[in-house]
Amino acid sequence: MNWLTQLFTRRRRYEELSATIREHLEEKIADLMDRGMTHDEAERTARREFGNITRIEERSREVWQWPTVESVLADLRFALRQLGRAPGFAATAFVVLALGIGASVAIFGFVDAALLEPLPYTQPNRLMAVAEKTATFPWGHLSYYDYQDWKRMNKSFSSLDVYGGSGYLLRTASGTVPVDAGRVSAGFFQTLGVKPMLGRAFLPGEDRPGQPKVVVLNYGTWLKQFGGRQDVVGQTVSLDNTAYTIIGVLPRSFSFALAGNAEFWVPINALSPHEQTRNFFNFFGVGRLRDGVTQQTAQAELTAIEKQLQNQYSNQGRNLTAQVIPLTEVFVGNVRPILLTLLGGAGLLLVIACVNVASLVLVRSESRRREVAVRGALGATRGRLVRQFAEEGLLIAAAGGLCGVLVGAALMRLLSQLVPKDMAAKMPFLDGVNLNAHTAGFVCIVAFGATLLLAGTSMARLSFQKVRDGLATGDRGSASRLWQRLGANLVVVELAIAVVLLAGAGLLGKSFYRLLHVPLGFDPNQVATLRVIAPDSISKDGKAQISEFSREIVERVKSLPGVESAGMTSLIPAQCDCMNDRIHFPSRPYHGERNDVDERHISAGYLPALRAALVRGRFFTEDDDGTKPGVAVINEALARKFFPGEDPLGQKIANDEGGRDTEWEIVGVVGDVHEGALDAPVAPTEYFPLSQTGDGSFTLVVRTRQHATALLPELVAMLHQIDPNLGVSDEGTLLAKVEGTQAALLHRFAAWLIGGFAGVALLLSVVGLYGVVAYSVSQRTREIGVRMALGAQRNAVYGLVMRQAGWLAVTGLALGLAGAVGVATLIRKMLFGVAAWDAVTLASVAAVLGAAAMAASFVPARRAASVDPVQALRSE
Amino acid sequence: MAKKSEYRDLFPGALELMILQTLNRRPMHGYALAQHIKDISDDLLQIEEGSLYPALQRMLKTGWLESEMGLSARKRPVRVFKVTEAGRKHLEEELSSFEKMFAGINRVLAVAQS
Repeated sequence: MNWLTQLFTRRRRYEELSATIREHLEEKIADLMDRGMTHDEAERTARREFGNITRIEERSREVWQWPTVESVLADLRFALRQLGRAPGFAATAFVVLALGIGASVAIFGFVDAALLEPLPYTQPNRLMAVAEKTATFPWGHLSYYDYQDWKRMNKSFSSLDVYGGSGYLLRTASGTVPVDAGRVSAGFFQTLGVKPMLGRAFLPGEDRPGQPKVVVLNYGTWLKQFGGRQDVVGQTVSLDNTAYTIIGVLPRSFSFALAGNAEFWVPINALSPHEQTRNFFNFFGVGRLRDGVTQQTAQAELTAIEKQLQNQYSNQGRNLTAQVIPLTEVFVGNVRPILLTLLGGAGLLLVIACVNVASLVLVRSESRRREVAVRGALGATRGRLVRQFAEEGLLIAAAGGLCGVLVGAALMRLLSQLVPKDMAAKMPFLDGVNLNAHTAGFVCIVAFGATLLLAGTSMARLSFQKVRDGLATGDRGSASRLWQRLGANLVVVELAIAVVLLAGAGLLGKSFYRLLHVPLGFDPNQVATLRVIAPDSISKDGKAQISEFSREIVERVKSLPGVESAGMTSLIPAQCDCMNDRIHFPSRPYHGERNDVDERHISAGYLPALRAALVRGRFFTEDDDGTKPGVAVINEALARKFFPGEDPLGQKIANDEGGRDTEWEIVGVVGDVHEGALDAPVAPTEYFPLSQTGDGSFTLVVRTRQHATALLPELVAMLHQIDPNLGVSDEGTLLAKVEGTQAALLHRFAAWLIGGFAGVALLLSVVGLYGVVAYSVSQRTREIGVRMALGAQRNAVYGLVMRQAGWLAVTGLALGLAGAVGVATLIRKMLFGVAAWDAVTLASVAAVLGAAAMAASFVPARRAASVDPVQALRSE
Repeated sequence: MAKKSEYRDLFPGALELMILQTLNRRPMHGYALAQHIKDISDDLLQIEEGSLYPALQRMLKTGWLESEMGLSARKRPVRVFKVTEAGRKHLEEELSSFEKMFAGINRVLAVAQS
């Protein structure tokens, strides 16, 4: 009764059963012999009267079995044996599936982590990013006073807070280390819904000026700098030579994409002079919508408030509006198109893999017609045959799926490591890329689909078949020709998809090439850069001290051997269009137009060190210091935009520098230096001398005669010698920084990956083409023999075979090119400087495919041409 | 193996009932059981000898019978089937419901005839 014990005792039962039946027969034989029969007669009679012994034994055994399970297991064993007998087919199908599934699982892992997993906040879909928007800068940050007014006056948000990036000099046992930090308003963590794992977050009001200085730690920092000790709350830490009390530690799962590697979080309780103007947009706003309030309502309300504020404070541009966007959109928005493209590419690869395996199955089922017909004749129902094919398909799909999971996991790890560190910090979702429930579910779905496909193709072959046809040898009927055509058509699909992927890879590759060859306006080779933050002791003292200090640094740097020239800037080129300024022209009437330009503060030697071109006038000299009136150098774009057809030299620009209206006289025009992202057009840019703006932090740019990387350690050591409290960070070469920007990286990533997919796809479809042509040749041996016997030359046979291959390739190419143009239109957002229907790319793809197809069909063609007509005619 | 067409098929459960009743009186081995049923029914029932075995296995599975070693009439070692307590209970229930059914059918047929 207990089925488990019954399972184990089954073998004994079978033996008992056989023994019992044997005894029965022996008794009966003995009885019959007693009545006078001979042994043989008795045995015959006994067996006859007993019945069909085998059948009875089977029926008796069935009592102890689960017939369905038993036959499924038997089928699986049979399927394994069959696959073992065709190792080429099994191995190919397995490898193809594993590759296809592995690639798509890996990409899906990224897509899932970035787009499907929610952010580590409470109800993240209610969190909105809030900004001030103009036509020129569609995503502008908030100014602090605007934020306070919005907070006071709005009704859409239950809480509204801001974040600003910052950096401090942390005093550790081994010296001073610059660290990233976040400055936030008091309710920031409450708005996000994040609870510290130790201690507390900020209380309301702790962000007012004059409050005690408190700080919250990042989880990683707590482990690294404070040894993960439980008693860290209440201790002090020295940031920028000021003591801050630690009041809490954030949980491990916390991340804020904009903050990147921020290690310390402090409340905003002091505003820099810039931040005290309403025009300085420095803070990123985050708000939680009240229940029942929609994004559109909030946006409309904030826009109305903004208009109100503008009318109140007339020194803002008149067309600021509010922008309310879901927070997730801001964090992953720019990654989404590329991820979806990659997912599309992986999906196509998967389709190719499935089509390839399906055609393999079709070809194989051709050679199993006999077997299927015999089984049908012996009494197998259609359902039974279907089940067997399904199980064979399941075995291959399961094996391919398992291996695909392993391949996918390895790929995921590999790809995650390819992303450079500081980009990875801005994409915290990368931590979540590994095998988890979602990816496992994806694999199951894909494997299930593959099983259906494999079983389906085998079964479809079945239903067209008559038993008699299958048993008959010799020539096949029209059904077989139909299947041959279908097998060929499938290859066309594969070829088309390979063309699409190749075209995509070509376009992306060309985009990437164009991106990297955007005219920079400067020479990035052999230039070392690093970021320098002057210690508070110096930057407090005023512009003159700071500029003296920075001048000294540049002089000392220039004296190092191997240094050709050096300079400083507030922000190196090709990074982003951040650091903007709104200017007006004193000589012209100003009606509040938004003349937004890029602003950079540079030292005298900077532009010559970059080897930027001087177009008119002069660059800065050491004379342009704080004692003289303000001077500016503009780039050609600014000259073209605001001084068309006139000479800008001697004219004045005015802006709001630290709350005061300041005027700067233009003394030179420089050839456009690409300050913004590589895929954005050059923005109008103004350059002011550092000695006149008095920045306490800047990036040092050093042109070397030899290798820039070799100089870096010397530079760092020298700077620490000058002042040990100097914050030195971000050392690297300018070339690496230019090529390492997000735009360049994304393009490189995409081009390489799609290129990889395209390569694999091409390989698979060429193999498929070869298979089809080879099979067709083997089926047509007789026909070729007849032709040759009738006088066809070898060349004619070559032509025959390669023409067939050529038709397939041409059809595939045509479909593929059409598809490629369609797909390219979809991804045109990611293309840079390349049109969707770029003729050169498409032509080269066609050439590549043509060559590959020729190569694939050459071998079978040769085999066909070397057919011995006598042999061919003889074979059946 | 061939069944004469004038003999109808047994209703389900009939075979089990007869086996249980027979074995209840005296445990037997397979051949003896087959012989007994043939003799007693006086050839009115045509039961294939071998068809007893699936029924015996089914009853072994449900636990109404158990098997043990014994001796045949010829003093050979054979496996003997015996009714268990549960089997005895099942037999009583089945017999009483069979008798009720039989009596009811008889009554209807008697009325219909007259």
